[in-house]
Amino acid sequence: MKSSALIETREWLAVQRWLLPILVLIGFGLAFAIPEYGLFNKYVQLVMMYVGINIILAASLNLVNGYMGEFSLAHAGFMAIGAYTSALLTMRVLPVAEYPGLFPLAVLAGGLMAAVFGLIVAVPSFKTRGDYLALITLAFLMIVKSLIENIDAIGGPRGIPGIRKLTTLPWVFFWVVVSLWVIRNFVYSKYGRGVLSIREDEIASELMSVNTRRVKFLAFMLSSFFAGIAGGLFAHVLQFISPRVFDIIKSTDILIMVYLGGIASIGGSILGATVYTVLLELLRPSTFGALLSWLPDMLFDPLNEYFIRHLGVWRMVIMPLALVLVMIFWPRGMMGLREFRWFIPKRDLDAHQHQHHAERENPHDPSHRP
Amino acid sequence: MTLLTARKVKHYFGGLCAVSEFNLELHAGELMGIIGPNGAGKTTIFNLITGVYRATEGSIQFKGTELVGKTPHQITALRIGRTFQNIRLFRDLSVLDNVRIAHYAQGDYSPLEALLQIGRYQREERRIIDNSRRLLAIFHLEGLAAETAKNLPYGLQRRLEIARALAIGPELLLLDEPAAGMNPNEIDLLMEFIQWIRKEFDLTILLIEHQMKLVMGICERLKVLDFGETIADGTPEQIQNNPKVLEAYLGEGPVG
Repeated sequence: MKSSALIETREWLAVQRWLLPILVLIGFGLAFAIPEYGLFNKYVQLVMMYVGINIILAASLNLVNGYMGEFSLAHAGFMAIGAYTSALLTMRVLPVAEYPGLFPLAVLAGGLMAAVFGLIVAVPSFKTRGDYLALITLAFLMIVKSLIENIDAIGGPRGIPGIRKLTTLPWVFFWVVVSLWVIRNFVYSKYGRGVLSIREDEIASELMSVNTRRVKFLAFMLSSFFAGIAGGLFAHVLQFISPRVFDIIKSTDILIMVYLGGIASIGGSILGATVYTVLLELLRPSTFGALLSWLPDMLFDPLNEYFIRHLGVWRMVIMPLALVLVMIFWPRGMMGLREFRWFIPKRDLDAHQHQHHAERENPHDPSHRP
Repeated sequence: MTLLTARKVKHYFGGLCAVSEFNLELHAGELMGIIGPNGAGKTTIFNLITGVYRATEGSIQFKGTELVGKTPHQITALRIGRTFQNIRLFRDLSVLDNVRIAHYAQGDYSPLEALLQIGRYQREERRIIDNSRRLLAIFHLEGLAAETAKNLPYGLQRRLEIARALAIGPELLLLDEPAAGMNPNEIDLLMEFIQWIRKEFDLTILLIEHQMKLVMGICERLKVLDFGETIADGTPEQIQNNPKVLEAYLGEGPVG
């Protein structure tokens, strides 16, 4: 009985689409109120910003890895390009100290720069698929990293310290809403359906008039654009970027979020990014210490000491292992190939309904077989 | 009016000659069949017409436009639709989306209009849905719009594939073994069905088939291929009595 009530509530909620814009507005309100009135402490605020940034990263990577069915490892590279572009702009070009309103422009520029590089990865995808394309994206990531390491003007391997903390909770929220809205619009357009059809059968897709090259261009560009945006926001939270921040581990983190949340799903990207970011924070020594503080001292002290010393290393073991396990045992993740109904355009939902009144068939039509 | 012309088309896979000296003249409104034993190069011809392969030599023209060198989506957008020998639906997508995807070339809006939901986007998406649903209704698949394509029974998958091919609004429809895996009773229905869509959608049809019953029953003209060569060309009656054809199908020697 209890579960049927739950299902009914869910069904009821799914139809109340007007709630979504209201929730977005409330979200905006909260995003302003939380730092203003200190509703949560600084650490929790920071984690919230990371959650937001990771949602953008997961949703944008999902375009390529989920909707298109390719395996890109380059996402941290696009993120790096966005981060460096926007950080250099706010530090050396734009007078953000006098005009903080210029910050979104810097972030936007980072996104655009990343999108340009996205085109470079899109080109090999015309001819290459699967493992080989994955290797190309890996090579791209390594090239970006070593390029940055070798350009002294942007700090080389030392990176760029002293970036202004310009990313705020409202800005993160703003970009999350924008990116999810745009990605959702793309996915439910003819271009997005083209991306899906490439995943299913590329040749059949061409033969159904889909311009697969154009569609791939768009998917890679959009994906890298938002990775660049996320990179810009990230740089201005962390206040320090270096090539090491954007290595393969960063890409792996985003991959785990995508596969944990579920492929080809915006809702999945949100869930995956949120759960993973929070889990990662729980694996920090300080959080662990706080969680275990109820233990008696003679147990707590050695445990705490162990965690402080070794948890960082264990993270590198646990997280890739988590990726492998998720992909084997839970390939669809939390909501793979499914979507929150609020995100699906009403037009699409209605079109999939059975309409009894739309009977326009020919009674003599021989296609009618039992 | 000649709709499709192929002149001296040759195609090699490495050193293997898959199609040699293929000539074709297909008139608007015709229903023509291509038959021949396995490996005769029938599907290769479809792949050459639709641009999946690029002809090594020769020219293929559709309403005066050269097709050789064009990509498949460009050729399809000229309104040439096709189905596949082994069904190639978008298996994990809904029945409706299978048909909607085939509206890609007809959907008249830019990426920017799609990303920002402005301009022609809404109107065109509406139109695509309306047309898709109309097609599904015609094929009695409307109730299955939300079903995942791979869950449909075989016969319905075949039907959906034809609906999807018609969604591109073809003038020329290429059917690659539409009767594969059907029993005689189903073939009778299929023959009626093909005649019906031909009239209803004003189509010119080129089909590949093994089932003689279907080929002889509905095709007005036939071409017989063997090892990439055209060995006979004519009406079903002429083909039936052609010794070369009998030889290709049954081998040399006295036939009982």
